[in-house]
Amino acid sequence: MAKKVHVTTTVNGDDYEYLAEPGQTLVDVLRNNLELTGTKEGCSTGDCGACSVILDGELVCSCLVLAAETDGKSVETIEGMADGDNLHPLQRNFLDLNGLQCGICTPGFLIAAKALLERNPDPTETEARFWLAGNLCRCTGYDKIVRSVMAAAEEMRGA
Amino acid sequence: MATILEDSKYDPQRDLKVVGSNPVKHDGLDKVTGRAKFGADYFLPGMLYGRTLRSPHPHAIIKSIDTSAAEAVPGVKSIVTRDDFPEIDPGTVAGEMTRTAMAREKALFDGHPVAAVAATTDAAAKQALKLIKVDYEILPHVIDPVDAMQPDAPILHDYIRTKGLDEPSDKPTNITERLITEMGDVEKGFAEADVIVERDFDSKPMHQGYIEPQGCVAEYSDDGQVELWCCTQAPFVYRDRLSAILKMESAKINVQQSELGGGFGGKTGFYPEPVAILLSKKAKRPVKMVLSRNEVFRGTGPVSATNYTIKMGVTKDGKITAAQGHLVFQTGIFTGSMYFNGPNAMFTRYNFENIHIESFEVVSNRPKVNSFRAPCVPQIVFGVEGVIDELARKIGMDPIDLRLKNAATEGYTTVYGETLGPIGFVETLQAAKDSEHYKSLVKDGEGRGVAAGFWFNRGGETSTSMNIAPDGSVTIITGTADVAGSRISIAMMAAEELGIDVDKVRITMADTNSLGFNRVTAGSRTTYSVGMTVVDNARQCIDQFVKRAAEIWDVPEDAVVYENGECRPAGANVGNFEPLTIADITKQTTMSHGAVTASASMNVTGAGPGFGLHIVDAKVDEETGRTDITRYTVVEDAGKAIHPLQVEGQYQGGAVQGIGWALNEEYVYGEDGRLQNASFLDYRMPVTSDVPMIDTVIVEVPNPRHPFGLRGVGEVPVVPTMAAIGNAIGNAIGVRPQSLPMSPPKLLEIIDNRNS
Repeated sequence: MAKKVHVTTTVNGDDYEYLAEPGQTLVDVLRNNLELTGTKEGCSTGDCGACSVILDGELVCSCLVLAAETDGKSVETIEGMADGDNLHPLQRNFLDLNGLQCGICTPGFLIAAKALLERNPDPTETEARFWLAGNLCRCTGYDKIVRSVMAAAEEMRGA
Repeated sequence: MATILEDSKYDPQRDLKVVGSNPVKHDGLDKVTGRAKFGADYFLPGMLYGRTLRSPHPHAIIKSIDTSAAEAVPGVKSIVTRDDFPEIDPGTVAGEMTRTAMAREKALFDGHPVAAVAATTDAAAKQALKLIKVDYEILPHVIDPVDAMQPDAPILHDYIRTKGLDEPSDKPTNITERLITEMGDVEKGFAEADVIVERDFDSKPMHQGYIEPQGCVAEYSDDGQVELWCCTQAPFVYRDRLSAILKMESAKINVQQSELGGGFGGKTGFYPEPVAILLSKKAKRPVKMVLSRNEVFRGTGPVSATNYTIKMGVTKDGKITAAQGHLVFQTGIFTGSMYFNGPNAMFTRYNFENIHIESFEVVSNRPKVNSFRAPCVPQIVFGVEGVIDELARKIGMDPIDLRLKNAATEGYTTVYGETLGPIGFVETLQAAKDSEHYKSLVKDGEGRGVAAGFWFNRGGETSTSMNIAPDGSVTIITGTADVAGSRISIAMMAAEELGIDVDKVRITMADTNSLGFNRVTAGSRTTYSVGMTVVDNARQCIDQFVKRAAEIWDVPEDAVVYENGECRPAGANVGNFEPLTIADITKQTTMSHGAVTASASMNVTGAGPGFGLHIVDAKVDEETGRTDITRYTVVEDAGKAIHPLQVEGQYQGGAVQGIGWALNEEYVYGEDGRLQNASFLDYRMPVTSDVPMIDTVIVEVPNPRHPFGLRGVGEVPVVPTMAAIGNAIGNAIGVRPQSLPMSPPKLLEIIDNRNS
């Protein structure tokens, strides 16, 4: 068996150190080594966005990133999105506007939307729809997801 | 005390405080913070990882399976093949279920499980799969349903004889059943018509497309007890079917449902679960199995493909006099498509007197189809509503007016024998006609289409229990899976009945050892049926509150009334007593009388049928064949929207699933019978940028059999979608497509033919 890779990283601000198989993906390590199961795996080919995380400020599909590549980098997942008991405005708007049904795609959408608003605090609906086109949802028809993101953006601009 | 089924009536005068509002879903917080546990999120100490070897051939005899090299891989703890499953005759329901889980005599479709491995790591399990040697004898295969019906087609099962033939045959065939569904006299009806339209249609299989692949953890203990954690729409049905194929008592199999990451019908039957149980039994350790997306596409239930003809006749003044259908449904490799829904629902919403439908169900070398919202109905409505539009055009009538003129109303007896109670189809059509969307002008270069749909709605076996804690808070145990947020609606109905705040009510999803049988979450039955049992639970608890209050005050029971969450004296002459809240009563009496609890198990009847009409504006790029949906409105009767945002979500989600089915989604097979597009990249579901906002109009014509008037809303939203889009495209390009999906190559061909 190939030699494992020593990885030092931060996840949601916490320091982690672990050994990863050379071929092990970041989503695999997050879920199975670090037991951060909020990040979901829907396809393993980068098509559904359920595994979206932010890696050194960039939105990525964690199924397309090798854990070994994250050595020395910082990872943000859904578990780090709320500040203690204070939900992120995106989280609160998804709840208030019913931007979720089954909830399996929700962590990925929230992370992707957070990345959008960090880059573009005032997106048009079309911009939001194209940015979120990498995340599949099969329940909602996207209507209430987009409304939740737009409402959170407006709230954050006002804050 | 009479059960709710006997004494419940909808009361239009009732002042509702909770029902009709939009509280945050109780399961929502865990879902936005990543804490909610889905099928793949369970871990047990000592857990192994299971993987499945699948046949690359669509039809082949399995001559032998050699697992010896795989067993030698370090970390491999158990291997399961057909030899580990109890022998059950093919051609029986259980025989076909066990052969879906694991191939026996033959591999019957590309992706059919042939063996499975459990190992200490996922990598070891995958490595072992490569070392399993399967000796196949490849047989001719057939994918297309019409091909499978031909006399020279390869016969897939030697035990099938077509049921329902006028002259029974003893010849093996791929046609499982022929069904005639009829009323009146179609020949007479066609003779009365001024205009007759007959068109051929077809549809391809599409996949339910849930984002969460099937995932489970199974633990088989030394005393023969199975614990199974899995994502399922049907924990009790899984238990009983596992019992049938593993030949174990149901009570020894405890199924704990996880949060469900989408099902839409696709998680009503199991796939890896029995395999994981047998791997765990052999390894004496818990086993986790999670399917890959490739396995989900190749190995789990898409919907029925169809080929069919619709013929209808109308008089000049808009009376539809006859409706005929000849339908072929592909069921995949085993029977069980529920194709009979198609003929029963395809014309139901109209008051037709003369109907004749001949249906066939056909097997072919594909996974057995699984349910999808309104199984076997939307793909037929695609044709029916297209023909109705053509009739309207030919007699020069507004398409909604033609539907209104022929709309079924209370008292109409359907082709399947049900006499309809109060229904909201006319109100739905009228609301659509009055909508801003329908009244607006169609934009230049776009087309507009409408189409209507119906679903029976279901009830069925339902069990719940309610426990009042000593502090007065309420827990409800339900066993009918929550697939999209029914928990909040159920909690709201309980809170309304108890007269308390919805945040005082919490719902626990039971494991199968903890509650009586609950039917599968399907057919738009859950909020309706569970709503009935929890209201019954609440009324039983209220009875007990009243008894206890009467005892505390030492007055007769009929001197106590329960209102707004508290017991009060019925009048001034009863005495001067301060009202007792639930908490006041339970704090004072739990120690002396035990807890206040209630349970209910019933076969819920009286689900009111649902009707909808969709309005679509679409633009077709005539150079690329791409269709853009520019505006979409769903109008549907909900009876009563318990949680309007949830109802809107059902409407919107159904519409967008239908947009995918209408424009892109299909299974593509190669000549070799292998699925060519088993990934989300090649099987293209709608993404955010493909669709507009989906407008909704909630019509409320109460179901008189439900205390709050509700009707199920889960199935209807997808029923008319492809038909409405087809009609919009037809309006835009001048030719109404007859084949699903209406993908760019097909539209380009239509446009080329139109131009030449």
